[in-house]
Amino acid sequence: MSKIPLERKVLNENDRIAAELRARFAEHGILCLNFVSSPGAGKTLLLERTLEQFPKSERVAVLTGDVQTDNDARRLARAGFPVKQITTAGACHLDARMVERALGDWRLEEIDLLLIENVGNLVCPASYDLGEAAKIVVLSVAEGDDKPLKYPAMFFRAGLLILSKIDLLPYVPFSLAAARENALRIHPEIEILELSSTTGAGFEAWQTWLAVRRRAAAAGFQRATRPTQAQV
Amino acid sequence: MHELSIANSILDAVRAEAARRPGVRPLKVGVRVGELSGIQPDALSFSFEALVRGSDLEPLALEIEACPRRQRCPECGQEFQVHDFDITCPGCGEASTHCVSGDELDLIYMEIEEA
Repeated sequence: MSKIPLERKVLNENDRIAAELRARFAEHGILCLNFVSSPGAGKTLLLERTLEQFPKSERVAVLTGDVQTDNDARRLARAGFPVKQITTAGACHLDARMVERALGDWRLEEIDLLLIENVGNLVCPASYDLGEAAKIVVLSVAEGDDKPLKYPAMFFRAGLLILSKIDLLPYVPFSLAAARENALRIHPEIEILELSSTTGAGFEAWQTWLAVRRRAAAAGFQRATRPTQAQV
Repeated sequence: MHELSIANSILDAVRAEAARRPGVRPLKVGVRVGELSGIQPDALSFSFEALVRGSDLEPLALEIEACPRRQRCPECGQEFQVHDFDITCPGCGEASTHCVSGDELDLIYMEIEEA
């Protein structure tokens, strides 16, 4: 009997595909964001409101994952941008291969911003890299403000926390301060925004965040495609 | 509950490694699971056993090495294990410390015998 050292990631294959996707996104100057949350935190409404505010000329595309139905894709398609539903048929998360397949016939050179709405689940999607620039975790004030402590993996991996449904604050025992503190205990570098997709409160800060990240993705793209720079 | 998918990925890796070594039989696989990995070790063991039972890999065993969250203090350099989510440096009281381990989901080793 002998022991062979392996020392590699269990999700090697997923990570390999995710790295390929990330390279393709960089090559086309695409900012890809992966929205995660528990079911009902308001991912779809946040995306609907976000899409509505873009001019029609905006080069945005959306992938939305659900265990069953294409209800979300139909809701999101109303804004007029390309939307594709990924139905996982039971799987509790999206993985990199599902994203790769779903992108299939889309021309990436015609997309600047790719928004991926993951399956509503605060556990499993944390483990799967989809090639995104950042995971955005949405936590609604109708949930518990200790969720970052209960589901640390997701908050540890997310670059941005959006505290949603703040219009409900007068009716629920949720403390924004406690939620912030708990999230920062898990992930000291996480960025935090508060908003309501229903009233529009806080949306300006969210749009600014998005604009800054898009400029950074586009600048990286321009640097990479400028020939003098590429030779350096 | 994606431990079943994770267990399946582990078995895929074991099969791939075994295929590269004709004439050997895998007996055990070692996996490192960090506390921030989002993987529940008991659920992973349960899923693993369920998948191995009756398969070509039976009686392959799984050994899980649990890996706690550890932080490093940028001020005094101390490394420490995190308890109760408290990431404050126990040495100097610095509140903003950096994570150095705890999000692993790694294959560590495989035990084999000549078949």
